[in-house]
Amino acid sequence: MYTFRELQKASRLDIDGKEIKVAVLGNCATQFFSSAVQGYAKRSGLNALVYDADYDQIDAQLLDQHSEVYAFGPDSIVIWLATDRLYEEFLDADLAARERFAESCMERLERYWHLITANCNAKIIQLNFSEINDKVLGNYSCKVTSTFTYQIRKLNGLLGEAMAGQSAVYPADLLSVQIELGQNRFYDAPLYYNAKMTVSINALPYIAKAVADVLLALDGRIKKCVVCDLDNTLWGGVIGDDGLGGIHIGELGQGHAFTNLQRWLKQLKECGIILAVCSKNNEETAREPFEKHEEMILGLEDISLFVANWDDKASNIKMIQKSLNIGMDSMIFLDDNPFERNLVRELIPGITVPELPQDPALYLEYLQSQNYFETASFAGAGADRTKQYQAELERRKLEKTFESIDGYLRSLEMKGTAKPFEPVRFARIAQLTQRSNQFNLRTIRYTESDIERIADDGNYLTLYYTLRDRFGDHGLVSVVIMKKISETRLFVDTWLMSCRVLKRGMEEFIVNAFVDTAAKNGFEWISAEYIPTPKNKMVETIYETMGFTCTTDHHYELKVSAYVKKNNYITMED
Amino acid sequence: MSREEVLEKVTGIIREVFEKDSIVVSETTTAADVEGWDSLTHLNLVNEIEMEFDIRFMLAEVQGSKNVGELITALMKHLDEKN
Repeated sequence: MYTFRELQKASRLDIDGKEIKVAVLGNCATQFFSSAVQGYAKRSGLNALVYDADYDQIDAQLLDQHSEVYAFGPDSIVIWLATDRLYEEFLDADLAARERFAESCMERLERYWHLITANCNAKIIQLNFSEINDKVLGNYSCKVTSTFTYQIRKLNGLLGEAMAGQSAVYPADLLSVQIELGQNRFYDAPLYYNAKMTVSINALPYIAKAVADVLLALDGRIKKCVVCDLDNTLWGGVIGDDGLGGIHIGELGQGHAFTNLQRWLKQLKECGIILAVCSKNNEETAREPFEKHEEMILGLEDISLFVANWDDKASNIKMIQKSLNIGMDSMIFLDDNPFERNLVRELIPGITVPELPQDPALYLEYLQSQNYFETASFAGAGADRTKQYQAELERRKLEKTFESIDGYLRSLEMKGTAKPFEPVRFARIAQLTQRSNQFNLRTIRYTESDIERIADDGNYLTLYYTLRDRFGDHGLVSVVIMKKISETRLFVDTWLMSCRVLKRGMEEFIVNAFVDTAAKNGFEWISAEYIPTPKNKMVETIYETMGFTCTTDHHYELKVSAYVKKNNYITMED
Repeated sequence: MSREEVLEKVTGIIREVFEKDSIVVSETTTAADVEGWDSLTHLNLVNEIEMEFDIRFMLAEVQGSKNVGELITALMKHLDEKN
């Protein structure tokens, strides 16, 4: 972890890229915290500018529409109600008020959230509550509703429930920092009494990391895939030497640590992370434990891509990345072998290679402490896309049997839909705007509440697209948002597409549908823009390919009546 | 560790925290003598000294030290208690 001094220095670095404005509001002294957040974000490559509101100014700043915080124009507002301050309020309150202290704190927070969403478009980053056990009734406090111990725990529960219903609110888990560091390192009593700082200076980098991780996820910088080595990574021992009966996996002995790592990886998969295998082995040998070992948690059905051969791992990982069509910086490579780790780090810039501890018992704890899988959205049960990736491999195999691409595309029997945004799709639409980097013309990130607002706003025409074929359903793969800029003209505010469906006619299908929608709504012109980022070069010329005319650099327009429908092999469904 | 050695180490920390190698520190140096030394950066300095020497100042020492000499006196006391 960085030291606070390192972060203070980093907060003054010059970083390229779009400036992300963050305002910090707390009922405690937050100057050091703010500079730690700015430093941590910059160290992570995010050009953050953090505005620190004065001490205990939450109400004043949020109630006044012309306050410094609103005038700053924040992309995100961090709210920190420190437990130590709440504790004093609690003790000063009468008994009846103590009984419903958690509820009243929650009402206060919801009032803050409401003021923020009413007055600006900022996302809210809400710190949860560290704990104090004042032992006023000893251990017995835990079951007495009028104790602070009881109320602060209840408050964290209420907060989780309330945030679940607020798409603009993102948690920052302060409590888990307290747990990780322990109260002795987390808190510094003289510092609190001296300066109203409710955490120690040395705890600040950890809390700053929590907030910066959220900011990075909001900026679309998330991990999508874990590539795993097998021998001594997913199980103990070497399958090629020790055989099926000799490897360590299961509830007994050393195997237990590997089993729990697999349990965790399986959960990641269920949450939408792609699992791939990259092993130096004969393929048949490598597959054997997955197929035959009764105590393996992960099965072949959990693995999107299984690569076992004797080529170097960097080449194999590049192949995996190409097949999945995701950025290297969204991939993590797990390997127990320092040589392989260094080779991959050396040859593949951008990929994350955790420096796994020597003892496999520590793998899981280490990986969890790094918080690699921060996200700004969760699609629920639909998150697991392993089957879609496996179907993609089947398609690729089929593709090889065809002489012409047209014959192959026709054989897929593709069916597509194009519909205006609907409430059940808001979450997935927002998620795509946050995750898509490559096929994304303007890379504007939207939250679920933004999407809801746009869907209800008469100044926008919206479309989401789905695609399926005989191998399976790709689900929602593309989003188009068009804004009315005059009676006759639309502007394509957002066009993005999942790279999983590249080059099979979907691009043409999408443009046909949105031009058609524009025509049906009486528009004569469509303007469009391409905003270059380090990642979206693949769509640099797409508007011209689709028949738009370049007006100025990166700006395009299309006369709707002159549009010639583009050929494709996707049938429109209702 | 002698008082002179402690002063030398503290001088290094002060130069690091206030980011100026040319700062001259003596026992009589006060916050007013050093650019950027305010109540907030003072906390930073205290934290760095605590980490370097592995001690914890008392609240009164953090607030009450009028010059570097007094801070070092408090620091020496904690170092003695440790041994």
